[in-house]
Parts: sequence; structure tokens; C-alpha cells
Amino acid sequence: MRYLPLSDADRSDMLAAIGVASVDDLFADLPKAKRLAALPKLPPHAGELAVARRLGAMAAKNTAAGSVPFFVGAGAYRHHVPATVDHLIQRSEFLTSYTPYQPEIAQGTLQVLFEFQTQVARLTGMEVANASMYDGSTGLAEAVLMAHRITKRDRAVLSGGIHPHYRGVVETVTRFPGHVVESLPPDLSGTEDILAAIDDATSCVVVQSPSFYGHLYDLKPIAEKAHAVGALLIAVFTEVVSLGLIEPPGAQGADIVVGEGQSLGNPLSFGGPYVGLFATRQKYVRQMPGRLCGETVDADGKRSFVLTLSTREQHIRREKATSNICTNAGLCALAFSIHLTLLGGAGLTKLARVNHANAVQLADQLAGVPGVELLNRTFFNEFTLRLPKSAAAVVDKLAAQGVLAGVPASRLEPNRPELANVLVVAATEVNTDDDRAAFTSAMREALA
Amino acid sequence: MTMNNVGRPTAPVATDAVVATSTFTGNQGLAIEEPLLFEVGRLDVSGVDIEEADTFETRLGGLARTAPVELPGLTEPEAMRHYVRLSRQNYAIDLGLYPLGSCTMKHNPRLNEAMARLPGFADVHPLQPLSTVSGAVELVAELGRWLLELTGMASVAMSPKAGAHGEMCGMAAIKAAIVDRGEARDVVLVPESAHGTNPATAAQLGFRVVSVPARADGTVDPEEVRKRLGPEVAAIMLTNPNTCGLFERDIVEIAEAVHAAGAYFYADGANFNAIVGKVRPGDLGVDAMHINLHKTFSTPHGGGGPGAGPVVLSDRLAPYAPVPFVRFDEDGAAEFVETRKAASERGLKPFGRITAFHGQMGMFVRALAYMLSHGADGLRQASEDAVLAANYVKARLQDVMTVAFPERPAMHEVLFSDRFLDGTGVTTLDFAKAMIDEGYHPMTMYFPLVVHGAMLIEPTESESKTSLDQFIGTLRHLADKARSGDADAFKAAPRLAPRRRVDETLAARQPKLVHQG
Repeated sequence: MRYLPLSDADRSDMLAAIGVASVDDLFADLPKAKRLAALPKLPPHAGELAVARRLGAMAAKNTAAGSVPFFVGAGAYRHHVPATVDHLIQRSEFLTSYTPYQPEIAQGTLQVLFEFQTQVARLTGMEVANASMYDGSTGLAEAVLMAHRITKRDRAVLSGGIHPHYRGVVETVTRFPGHVVESLPPDLSGTEDILAAIDDATSCVVVQSPSFYGHLYDLKPIAEKAHAVGALLIAVFTEVVSLGLIEPPGAQGADIVVGEGQSLGNPLSFGGPYVGLFATRQKYVRQMPGRLCGETVDADGKRSFVLTLSTREQHIRREKATSNICTNAGLCALAFSIHLTLLGGAGLTKLARVNHANAVQLADQLAGVPGVELLNRTFFNEFTLRLPKSAAAVVDKLAAQGVLAGVPASRLEPNRPELANVLVVAATEVNTDDDRAAFTSAMREALA
Repeated sequence: MTMNNVGRPTAPVATDAVVATSTFTGNQGLAIEEPLLFEVGRLDVSGVDIEEADTFETRLGGLARTAPVELPGLTEPEAMRHYVRLSRQNYAIDLGLYPLGSCTMKHNPRLNEAMARLPGFADVHPLQPLSTVSGAVELVAELGRWLLELTGMASVAMSPKAGAHGEMCGMAAIKAAIVDRGEARDVVLVPESAHGTNPATAAQLGFRVVSVPARADGTVDPEEVRKRLGPEVAAIMLTNPNTCGLFERDIVEIAEAVHAAGAYFYADGANFNAIVGKVRPGDLGVDAMHINLHKTFSTPHGGGGPGAGPVVLSDRLAPYAPVPFVRFDEDGAAEFVETRKAASERGLKPFGRITAFHGQMGMFVRALAYMLSHGADGLRQASEDAVLAANYVKARLQDVMTVAFPERPAMHEVLFSDRFLDGTGVTTLDFAKAMIDEGYHPMTMYFPLVVHGAMLIEPTESESKTSLDQFIGTLRHLADKARSGDADAFKAAPRLAPRRRVDETLAARQPKLVHQG
């Protein structure tokens, strides 16, 4: 077995050194009646070639996004990732190291995390950021719990523009400790009146911009109303590239900013692993969940980095911890950080502009198809269409023709018949003129 | 696994500096210092060539950025050097033995990396039409089948993103089952030796935590569990093998007592690597267990993540699994159930949703590649070798270090206390830092809490006998050196790493979490 260095002779020598006759003696504490002699239902070991064939055959059954005109978004986006990123994250010293608990021999990971935190804080317009969360959705649930700790209230108001799966995670995670979540109905037009839902029992108001349906919201009046009643504003985004072009939530008064960072550096990978971004104000730092990396010095006075404020965390606080989280999305955060370093602020803005331009062009083309209604006045790289028939049926039809046309809202909101004809469409820099033309003509044909 | 700094000095003690040859650059040969990105990057530089968009009318509705993004960029060659230089300041499995107890730092096969990068896995979207991702669903289902076969459980929830997330998933299923029974049980029993995530998870779900003491041999006494069971107890959370590196030999008795009291048995699967193919948690009475794919099934730790923590569930808990999940019919055919609506149409009662999409697909591919490569025989052999390696380390060190629980066989890791350092002036921390100068990553320190100055060593099955012997020789040397009265050398360690001891107290007192300027 290619992964196991011990030979039978080694094993015998080691058993002799231990002073037992067989390896079974080392498993003596396992209940005798329950011990397995073998795993008869599973196949024996296999060489690289055989494993690669087997998995390659499974992979070949999927339609890779890069092989077709592709417009699927709704929380995960296909972008071009520079080749450098994947090379660097496969460096052994990044890939095969553990959480940096021994800072003297983990400065590489720690400096990356410090740079990542700084990048996230600057990008979102906030003062501090953590070393990442599992993904945007779990980060949002943690943000709501954090807002409840800070305000000592337990009633969150969620905009109808929140990604339905994010809403589902928040509702699930807050239900067990008995908190209340008031979710506004889906905001298809981007015109909901969330101010009316805020009162002095509100712990936090959660607004996604660009929203699940693509709308941009002005957060400033929401922040003002929230702050006036002692509540916090949590701003959410699922497309981090949007921050290259639109006013960051921190500049609009957000108290906690949560987002999905997958777009930078990370492949779609059928939903994970991704990287959650989490930023807040300095004054709330001790209520933050997750890992934090801080700057310090070593015994020679050299600048060094180290995981810090761990008295918030489960391994010290146990049942009194701010969160049960024990990992971050280390390697995904590294990929994010490298991609953002390659782009720089100027490159990110340029990339964002191309995304927006492509989306505007596509939206205008599709809106010209008879029967199609564009529901957005504002959007970044994703928008919503109302079709004259079932969006799911249209998506299936176009998929059969080799065009992946977006996400039918009904897939995420199966209990809302009024969303049956609603389609969420994303456009990024990877789409070509030909892709857009293929989509538009297939749509025209499907609705004819 | 985590370590605990209870009783551990967090600020370095002043010692004589190592006299190094001074250089003009401050570099030392191949050890090259690297400034922060914010010190070397420039705001107008980009390492990505992007075509300018044509002029068009934006649809940003007055919400366009008013200030540029204040992030420096690097060209590609500069970025390459920045990150390669940083990487060289890290220890890694690929550099040497990484004996972090409870973390299972085994070899990460590169075939698995290649498989995860196949466009058919890496370049598919979680919300593509299901007709275009049948191979992805097949992969998730196949991994699920292996996990069920290896654990003897009824069902698996694949979406948890890490071990602690899996704990939350399993305990939420337990909570949902209890609510469904119309009961209000709100106590969870957690042994003192448990990972900190266990009580933190229970508390986050609104449970009260009641601690169970360990008996003198490091395991849980069924009598102590029985004493605490009652109509208010929802579950016990038990790690097996436990964090002392011992198999809970009364686990069946404990499970029976827990079930008789109407409670559920949650197993923390962090240490599953010791028993794969040797015994199945489902056969021991477990109701829910998370599996750290990044430990037992070798998906890379990546400097702290991403992990993956699928949860296997017993028949009694299966109906409460969160969406989305893969379900198997009686013929073993897989079905992907994505929404609560679809689940309830099948008579199931999912407790909700715990993440946006389907879980850590990239990790699933790697884990399945690991399983297919090892096969039934290789998985068993890996567990046996891991246990053999830990017991070999124990046998060869027991005369110079203090084995915490010598009377029982160790499983895949062996726990030492700091008693062998009594009177030397050397602490567990000092001992660990001295290992760094010898070219090793230290073991897990000060965890579990039930042992003074704990040192938890997990060598894994990936080490050759030569490697183990060298490691053992190093620890024997350090133990002798500590006893010879050379405490100052330990206090000064590490001297040869990229950094000497860092000031954790300063970092916490004046948190500096982002670069200013």
C-alpha cells in the first residue's frame, strides 16, 4: 500500500518493542463481541490509475461550467482565477500545515491571515475582520448571534432580499436558543419597506446588497433607523467582486459585514469549500466569532504574528465561548488573498466594471425577448427576470441545448408559487459575446 | 485539535539572544524575511491583465463607490516571491513528523488534489440543473455509502463544513427528535476530557452542560454517567477513542444506560482514525457522530481549514437530518433531497439547513479518492499502523517521560504528563519549543485538561520506522537534557526557527488585527 511506510518486518520489531504478540492485543479494549474481522462489502486497495479512472468517469458525467455558456449565480460565481493562485495554495507548507498554534514555525500562515484580515476590512470599509468563516451563510448566522450578544435582544429582522438558503441557515441556527427571526417576503422589485419592520425590540436588521434578486439597496437610511432604536445593521453580500464598484457597507453605516468570498480565488466546486468574510467595528471585536490573528513581537523584538483573543474561543471558554467554531477556511482564505493581491484595488475595480458591463449588456438583450420582463432598476452582475412560463422548465430546456441559463427562484423557494416564473441570471467576465448571443436566442426560441 | 494555555506562560522570558552572523539585508541565507503586502504592494499595480469595459450606462442607482479600493497589488513575479517566501516560514507534514495529538496529521496524497481539480468536480455550480451534475451527486452518494459502511449507521448528513459544524448538526438532530417526542430535556453530559467544541456546541443549541469526571485510568466510569442520567438529560457527548488516547471500554454499557434513560448518544469522531475497520460506532450504540474528513480521511488541513464534518445518524435520528441530503432507497439507489418541502413529502422532518449549499464537495472528492486508494484492507491497515506507531512511541519513551495512563493500551495517540519534568524548571511549553529547534512540530500541549502539563502525541500511520526512531531519539535526548539541569537552554528555545517566542500577552492586550497605514 503506497501510503503506508511500515514493512511487515518493522511491524514485528515494533510489536516486540511494545511487548505484545500481535496488533490485536493493542485493540484489547474494544468490546470483543463488536470487533470486525474485515470489511467485506468494500473493495480492496487500488492504484492511482484505477482510482483516477473511477473518479474521472464520475466527473465526466457532469457539465463543467467552462464548457458551456454559463449564467448560474445565486450565491456562487464563476470567475477566472489566475494560474498563480492554484500553484501557490498547493505549496506543501501552506497545504499540509495545521492551524498556526506554534507561531514560531507558522509565520507564513499567520502573516497571510493578517494580510487577509486587512484586505477584508479595507474592502468592506470596516475596522477589523476575522481570519474567515466556513462560508457566507454560516458567517451570517454567527453575525446574528453576535448581534444578539451585543444588544442583549433576540429579534432579528431579515430583508426579503436575503439569499433564501442564508435565511434558512439563520432561522435554523437561531431557533434552538429560542431567538426570533422576522423575515420579510421575497423582494422581487427591490422596493421593500424594511424601515417599518424595525422597532425597539429589534436586535439587528440584515440586508443583502446586491440582493439575491440582484438589487442594490441604499443602506444608509436603514443604518440610521437601526441605530436610532439601538439595533445593529448587518450587511451581507454573496458576490465580493461587487465591492470593486459599489460603495462598501462600512461607508454606509453597517456594524457587521458578512460575505461570501468564493468569487476570488476559489472554484465553484459544487458548493464548497468556500470562504466566509466577516468584518466589524473595533468596539465589537471581543464579541466576534472565529479565529483572529494579531501583530506582536518575538523575544528579539522582531515583528511577529499570532492567533489572539482566544479567550473568546471554545478551547478556553468551553460552554461560555462566543461560538463553537474551531477552524477557519484557511486555504480558501489564502486563495482569496492571493487573487486579491494579484488584482490590487485598481484591478478589482476594473474586473467589477467588466462584470457590470457584461450583465448590463445581457440584461438588455434578454429584456428584448418578447415576454421577458427585467425586474431590476439597479443591479451589479446579477438580475432577475420574470418569464411568461415556468422558469424551471425554461432552464431545463436550455440546459438540454447546452446553455446554463441561471437559477429558477422556485428551486430555493418551493413553497412560493408566485415565484414559479422568476429566473435569477448572473453574468461575469468569463462570458463572451457568443455566450450571450446563444443564451438570448435560446431564450427567444424557448418562449416562442 | 486545539490546545489550551491554562497555566502556560504567554509572554517570553528574556534570555540571551542567539548570536547570528549579521547581514546587510537581515536575511540568513535561504531564510529570507518578507515584508507585509501593504509595504511592498502599490495601489496602481495589478498582476492581472483585464480588458477595459466599453463605455456603457451603469445601473448602480447612485450607489457607486466614492473612493478607490485602498488595496495594493503585486505583479505576478512579485506575488510569487511574496507567497513562496512566506510559505517557507511554515512547518508542514511534507517537511516532517507532525505529532499534534487529536489532529491526525497524516500524509495528504496528491492524487486526491488532482481529482478534486477535475473540471467535472471543481467547475460545477451547486445550483446547476441536477440533470447536469449526476456525477457529482453520484460522488456524494458513494462517499456516503463508504461512511455508512465504515460506521454501521443508517444515514448520513453530508453538509456540515467542519467537525464543530458537524457537532452542531448532530446535536440539533437530537434536539429536534426530543422536541418531536414532546419532551423538554435540556441537559447534555460531557466528560471533562472532551474537546472544548463539545460544551460550546451544546450551549449554542440551548442545552445546559453537566460535566462527567474521568476515573483514574483516564476513561469514563459508567457509574458516574448513570448517576447523572435522568428525565432532563437529552444526550451524552463522548469522544471515542477519547482525548487521553484511550478506548472507552465501557462504551456499550454507557450507551445502554443512556438509551434506557431516554437520551441519545453523540460520539465525537475526531479520533476515528484509530478504529476504522476495527469496530463500527453504530454497533456500539452511537446515535450520531461527525467524521472529520480532514483528519481520518486525509483532506489537507490547509493551515486551519477548510475541514469537512459529515454526520452519520442512527435510524432514530435519520428523519431529522438537515437539507440537503442524499437518501438511499431499499435497493440502495441514491436520491438527492434538496428542500424541506421535498423532505416532508417523503415523510421526513429535517431540522432545517446549516449551510447555503451541499457541503464541502472539494473535500468529498479527496476523501473518496483516499478511501478507494486504501480499500477495505488499506483502511484497516492504516488504523493498525497508527495504533502501532503510538504504542511504539509510548513503549520507547515510558522510561524517560511520564505516560499519563500506562495501564491501558494507547490507541492512535499517547498522552504524557509533565511529571518527568518535575524539579527541572522546564515546562511542557519549554519542552515543546525545544522540539522546534530539533526540527519537529511540537505535540498538542496542555490538552486534555485532565492531565497536568499534558503532551498528546499522535504520530499517525504515515511515518516510517526510521522516522519514528529519530523522533523517539530526539525526545529521549530532550528529556535527558531537561534532567541534566539545562533549563536555560529550554527557556531560550526556539533559537533556530523563523521567530523566537512571540509575545502573546502583548497581542491580546493591545489587539492589532489589521495593518494601519
